Amino acid sequence: MAALAAVRRCRVLLHGAVKSSFRGSPSQPRSYSAGRLSVQERIERKRQAALVGGGQKRIDAQHGRGKLTARERVALLLDPDSFVEYDAFVEHRCSDFGMEADHNKFPGDSVVTGQGRINGRLVYVFSQDFTVFGGSLSGAHAQKICKIMDQAMLVGAPVIGLNDSGGARIQEGVESLAGYADIFLRNVMASGVVPQISLIMGPCAGGAVYSPALTDFTFMVKDTSYLFITGPDVVKSVTNEDVTQEELGGAKTHTAVSGVAHKAFENDIDALLNLREFFNFLPLSNKDPSPVTECHDPSDRLVPGLDTLVPLESTKAYDMLDVIHSIVDERDFFEIMPNYAKNIVVGFARMNGRTVGIVGNQPKVASGCLDINSSVKGARFVRFCDAFNVPIITFVDVPGFLPGTAQEYGGIIRHGAKLLYAFAEATVPKITIITRKAYGGAYDVMSSKHLRGDVNYAWPSAEVAVMGAKGAVQIIFRGKNNQADAEAEYVEKFANPFPAAVRGFVDDIVVPSTTRRRICRDLEVLATKKQTNPWKKHANVPLAGKKGRGRR
Amino acid sequence: MAAYRISPALQRVLHAVKHAAFRSRCCIIVSRAQYSTVYDHNEKTFDKILIANRGEIACRVMKTCKKMGIKTVAVHSDVDANAVHVKMADEAVCVGPAPTSKSYLNMDAIMNAIRQTGAQAVHPGYGFLSENKEFAKRLAAEGVSFIGPDTHAIQAMGDKIESKLIAKAAKVNTIPGFDGVVKDADEAVRIANEIGYPVMIKASAGGGGKGMRIAWNDEETREGFRFSSQEAASSFGDDRLLIEKFIDNPRHIEIQVLADKHGNALWLNERECSIQRRNQKVVEEAPSTFLDPETRRAMGEQAVSLAKAVNYSSAGTVEFLVDSRKNFYFLEMNTRLQVEHPITECITGLDLVQQMIRIAKGFPLQHTQAEIPINGWAIESRVYAEDPYKSFGLPSIGRLSQYQEPLNLHNVRVDSGIEEGSDISIYYDPMISKLVTYGATRAEALKKMEDALDNYVIRGVTHNIPLLREIIVHPRFISGDISTKFLPEVYPEGFKGHQLTATGRKELLATAASLFVAAQLRAQKFLGDLRVSNTQQERRSWELCVELEKGVHMLGVSRSGATYTVEIDGDKLEVSSDWNLASPLLTVTLNGIHRTLQCLSRNAAGEISLQYLGTTFKLRVLSKLAAALSVHMPEKVPEDTSSILRSPMPGTVVAVSVKAGDTVAEGQEICVIEAMKMQNSMTAAKTAKVRSVHCKPGETVGEGDLLVELE
Repeated sequence: MAALAAVRRCRVLLHGAVKSSFRGSPSQPRSYSAGRLSVQERIERKRQAALVGGGQKRIDAQHGRGKLTARERVALLLDPDSFVEYDAFVEHRCSDFGMEADHNKFPGDSVVTGQGRINGRLVYVFSQDFTVFGGSLSGAHAQKICKIMDQAMLVGAPVIGLNDSGGARIQEGVESLAGYADIFLRNVMASGVVPQISLIMGPCAGGAVYSPALTDFTFMVKDTSYLFITGPDVVKSVTNEDVTQEELGGAKTHTAVSGVAHKAFENDIDALLNLREFFNFLPLSNKDPSPVTECHDPSDRLVPGLDTLVPLESTKAYDMLDVIHSIVDERDFFEIMPNYAKNIVVGFARMNGRTVGIVGNQPKVASGCLDINSSVKGARFVRFCDAFNVPIITFVDVPGFLPGTAQEYGGIIRHGAKLLYAFAEATVPKITIITRKAYGGAYDVMSSKHLRGDVNYAWPSAEVAVMGAKGAVQIIFRGKNNQADAEAEYVEKFANPFPAAVRGFVDDIVVPSTTRRRICRDLEVLATKKQTNPWKKHANVPLAGKKGRGRR
Repeated sequence: MAAYRISPALQRVLHAVKHAAFRSRCCIIVSRAQYSTVYDHNEKTFDKILIANRGEIACRVMKTCKKMGIKTVAVHSDVDANAVHVKMADEAVCVGPAPTSKSYLNMDAIMNAIRQTGAQAVHPGYGFLSENKEFAKRLAAEGVSFIGPDTHAIQAMGDKIESKLIAKAAKVNTIPGFDGVVKDADEAVRIANEIGYPVMIKASAGGGGKGMRIAWNDEETREGFRFSSQEAASSFGDDRLLIEKFIDNPRHIEIQVLADKHGNALWLNERECSIQRRNQKVVEEAPSTFLDPETRRAMGEQAVSLAKAVNYSSAGTVEFLVDSRKNFYFLEMNTRLQVEHPITECITGLDLVQQMIRIAKGFPLQHTQAEIPINGWAIESRVYAEDPYKSFGLPSIGRLSQYQEPLNLHNVRVDSGIEEGSDISIYYDPMISKLVTYGATRAEALKKMEDALDNYVIRGVTHNIPLLREIIVHPRFISGDISTKFLPEVYPEGFKGHQLTATGRKELLATAASLFVAAQLRAQKFLGDLRVSNTQQERRSWELCVELEKGVHMLGVSRSGATYTVEIDGDKLEVSSDWNLASPLLTVTLNGIHRTLQCLSRNAAGEISLQYLGTTFKLRVLSKLAAALSVHMPEKVPEDTSSILRSPMPGTVVAVSVKAGDTVAEGQEICVIEAMKMQNSMTAAKTAKVRSVHCKPGETVGEGDLLVELE
């Protein structure tokens, strides 16, 4: 009776807040003794129980931590009334340690799964329920997730995971581990077929971290989410390091230091609303084209400010974000990894309504050089775009790869190769604009004509050369006097777009203010581009683990 | 600099680009011509003029030169190489690095530029070398015409004491006062009675308000004498005192004069420049609401007689203080083109720059005094890159990421020297433009100014449009009840932005809610996508929760076509617009009333910044569900700012008065930041020990940079 009363209390709360988001009969359950309940009433009772997860006390505790419940999150993420839940009746199957008792069974177990719509477009979603056994992953929990992932693959729709789980269901032992592996396998199979997004909204520790790591994008909520292989206690006992949860695996650590997460948001609501916005940039699957939304920004808009943006002195910095914001539709740029390897800028935007991926060297940070972290950041983004038919626009101002022992020991050679590989392999429309420096091997790497760039432009300020004038002159005229004259000669010869333009390595030298107009026109032309790489089982991208001691 | 890096062939490409941009600029000028003056091309003045200035005034002078068929030469510092005035000119010469002392004030370099380009005359604009007699002399020595008065007039009017004596001799009203040192209190009373109350008693060595007293009767004079001499002795070690007439609630009204080299002089009516902050003008108008024709003529005639007394030639301005009984007193004469000259041009139809050039060449005036009209009314707002919420304006810098002048409106003139993409740097005056509106009546000009300010798009730097927009609609300003103390009197606590009325609040809430819905609907419009659900019904009504200034409002929105009906607290507002989400301007009709707002930012989390009646308001729009759940979101604790001192603006650190470990008292000076010729003392917000110092003298700091941490 008491339990039932509790259920009823919770119903009131849910009706107040999120009723409209759920299907199911709203009729009030009457109090019969269990034995006399009809099937209809049992269905109703189970369904109601599923709606309140671990019960009001745990819901209150979840709210007290500044977090929303699994269902509240789903309701915010999806269009109103669009959520279709699967497996609300699934229960865990563990019979050890008293888990078989009725009060330890929760319809739906510790995850809510189903499909719904974001701005009318299909998405599969799972949302781990921390109020049920701390969101721990049971065999049943894993099975529910696998079911929606399988269906997402069948119909070609993205999967969004809202992670809030204490880890494995220890009572279930290996069954829980098997569940993780089942999910990992599906993450890998779905990779490049449908977009997969993880939003970490609570703890995510141990083996569980590998599922987000395998997905395309990992977002976090500041102050309430953590990702780590082992927590601070284990760290202390093994390495004797004193470290807090936040320092070890908080949003700041993963968005600025480790590069594990792609972006962090203020709180649950902020994160979910931003996720809706982000979702609008993505195609539903690798069979779907890059989405086109209604656009109010004229495609032939001139950007007069660009004509004076690049400073006259080539040693002076400017902000590549100024270039990007002024060229894309409505200054709307969803930057990926804004706080990590800031010497390269990547993110999504739209050109005349169509989603594009933007890659740009950032002269403001470390002169925009390529190093280990920026190469890896850029490579992963380019490969996502290529996998999902998103055209790539590259803005180049790169003085080269960062020299030094830290970079060489860290393997800049194989990491730089990843970015080269990604650009070379990509078959989506590729448009490149050299705004200023394109020096050395980095020129080749940054979506050059030689790597099948479809349209490559140079601004009048472009300098395509093996290296800067000073270094070049020291080599060419080693030991000779009048280095200054030689330098001036070199500048005259190479520090301009002509050497590349006369060889056809750039298609045209363009007035910067016309860049938006040209890109929009080119994208229209390239929309029907078809290009395939030779048949292969899969390519062998130079993966080798990242051991970067490089620049943050 | 440019030649160093760019090959000749490329230079040709660049030139072509520059030329194209330039042609479009010329068209704008032609379509906006508003002078009644005829440009007589047979009247030969100069072939080539060098403009020894930058920014808007350089552009302003060049516009007239082009109309007169005169070639122009710009000078520029190296950071200004891409500036508008450089692009506008036929030739440009770099005269040095960014600091003005090394470039725009660098006479040697400018003289070289003149020789190099063969310019026959120099227009100095205002500021910089415009009132520098040395410069005028050097030009004269090389046979180059200075477009301004001769050195004698510059010198005579440049000295405060001398100019006052000349003015007195020319029978110009000067502030009555005693020119000697006052011996004792009795003498003070006697002198005060001679001058007439109120009087000001001030230290001979004084400055900064110290040793200064205002007295309205004999008793106050005695008291004032005692206090002032004590204060003067302790502050300056010199207790000598002066007495002069105190001008209560003065207005600052100036007369534009124009004189040729043949002894002719005209007065071109007045400009009312009372709205000031820190002695800098903010809003000016012509004519003044305060002057009657007699006073105007009296002032004009005195101004002309002063000009004649110094054999003035060219355009000049005689500044007066005018008290509440229309007594006026000479303040000083500016021997140059004033910043606010456009309003005089609007009401008289004369092109002052053209007149200056003609006069410099020796042509006589074209008009008689009787031909000088007052046609309509003109208002000028000085649009500055500064934060009006900090002492009515502290400089800000940045790149103009978006910039659009309200030139789509009629009777609007914008004098500017910047464009989209320009940098407002710490080196120069932070003025963005002079926005001038014109109308047959003052009310018309003011209404136009409201529209112009609402339609002015400036992004990337903080600007003073909120303050300008409030001044021009203030009842005291509208009724003409103004003085130089207007700003401190109207905003004793400092400027706080537009205060919303109940109706205004509803308009703002309704606009934000409608914009939110329009964006939500647009987000569902995928073109040519067959996979978008067509079983989902298009929504027609929304329940929203909007936060504004810590108030939370529940709104109902329903849609029919592009019109939204918003229900707020029982009231209904109809909001319609084209809902163009790309435009920085948001033109809406609210219950039939047209308003132009600006959407400064809008994000996925529902935060919307709207500029409404000049002021930016931050709103947050959430669905009912998100609003209900937001009670569970943790409060983020804001940083304790009392122990952290951040730079309020970009600038250079001039001095640091503390070091780590020092104990400072509340209000004690910690360091001094200089920005745009202004020194700002940064003080401790509490008594504490200094933990660390993060700046050193000579360093450049950005807005919000950490300077000093206290414990």
